[in-house]
Amino acid sequence: MTEAPSRPVTFPLVREHPFDPPGEALRWQQQGALHRMTFADGHLGWLVTGNAAARAVLADNRFSNRTELNHPPVAHPLFQEEDRRTLPGFFLRMDAPEHTRYRRLLTGQFTVRRMRQLEPRIEKITSDCLDAMEGSAQPVDLVQSFALPIPSLVICELLGVPYADREQFQRDSAALLNLDSSAEQMAAALADLMAYLHGLVLRKRAEPADDLLGSLAAGGELNDEELTGVAVLLLVAGHETTANMLALGTFALLRNPDQLALVRDDPAVAESAVEELLRYLTIIHMGPVRTALEDVELDGRLIKAGESVAFSLPAANRDPERFDDPGTLDVTRPPTGHLTFGHGIHQCLGQQLARVEMRIAYPALLRRFPGLRLAVPPEEVPMRSNMTIYGVHRLPVTW
Amino acid sequence: MKINADTDRCVGAGMCALTVPEVFDQSEEEGTVVLLQADPPASMDAAVRRAVHLCPSGALSLA
Ligand code: SF4
Repeated sequence: MTEAPSRPVTFPLVREHPFDPPGEALRWQQQGALHRMTFADGHLGWLVTGNAAARAVLADNRFSNRTELNHPPVAHPLFQEEDRRTLPGFFLRMDAPEHTRYRRLLTGQFTVRRMRQLEPRIEKITSDCLDAMEGSAQPVDLVQSFALPIPSLVICELLGVPYADREQFQRDSAALLNLDSSAEQMAAALADLMAYLHGLVLRKRAEPADDLLGSLAAGGELNDEELTGVAVLLLVAGHETTANMLALGTFALLRNPDQLALVRDDPAVAESAVEELLRYLTIIHMGPVRTALEDVELDGRLIKAGESVAFSLPAANRDPERFDDPGTLDVTRPPTGHLTFGHGIHQCLGQQLARVEMRIAYPALLRRFPGLRLAVPPEEVPMRSNMTIYGVHRLPVTW
Repeated sequence: MKINADTDRCVGAGMCALTVPEVFDQSEEEGTVVLLQADPPASMDAAVRRAVHLCPSGALSLA
């Protein structure tokens, strides 16, 4: 391909079809992996739409994830604050070796083996939710009765956050990820969440508890502010992501009945189905962003030190160079290394937990309600186009 | 095929243990990679290569 100087683009955010990446991102992908992009603050940086290029940048420690270096791809109040320092404990926005210290404290708690040990508890939580759903008047909103409560209960138990307080933190967490929230609303939600979790951290220090926050408190390596920051990150991440995967994934299966039947009837398919839904739907709608710490050559172009790079993960997960027939939902596709959990040192800490939750929850739902169907026309399902994490706001179903 | 695992680079994402549990495990405390077999049989080559490719932090290499 010749070096056609691609016109600066803006971050593609509009998904014309509920399950597909923004058409614009796919069009750019056809023209190459790397494009000049104008960020929301006018910064001229880059957009990555190719799978291999995205992996390369995300795994390259010459690119930083520090808040104060990264330019915002779209206007977002959290990025607009004058003071864009990384808060203590927000290790997601740190580089090594600072990041390493936090990650090391946590990885032992999220191993494949430990997550497998949680299976019986997650199965019980799931069947309790399904019991409650079965007993309620139809139609029900699948988000409220299934997709949100399962991950919410699980992450609360794991962290040691009282589930009874959920109304507050679920609301705060939603406000934080809503691109339409004002700067004030966002700051208020963050302050509220931090105050709540700070109080909880102090309680864990006073009364030892056999849960993740309790053991981190007892470990004594993190101070109160750091531990509060960690708690905010884990609580928000544990909620929005899996909840949206469960709801949007169910919507996608309902629209692809042959795929739904496979997930419902063949227990061996659950594992690959989870990976395929993660790839096909790519709910990471906006972000991540990295900034070059030095000049880096990629794909024959020069990314200069100080330039930010944004990624369209939905496009990268539909890259025909990496996936055969990428636009087709095929739950039997062998797991292929999608980028939905990211790549590099920040790859999702909770991914093995999310996998277990989904592997249990989708088939359990479909087996309990073999006649599950949408209670509204598909066009009327309200999509979360305005959120950092994509999904549905509501999913009315009946059976 | 010999596998090298650099626990300093490992971020404990567990992709290796998920992909080839016969070869990779994770330590209880730190969650970092533990090699159960550094020199697995040739029949596992493809799976091991996949695990190396999936490792997000470049902690695994082949010799
Ligand atoms: S996949 Fe890589 S980062 Fe993850 S546990 Fe294995 S070696 Fe460590």
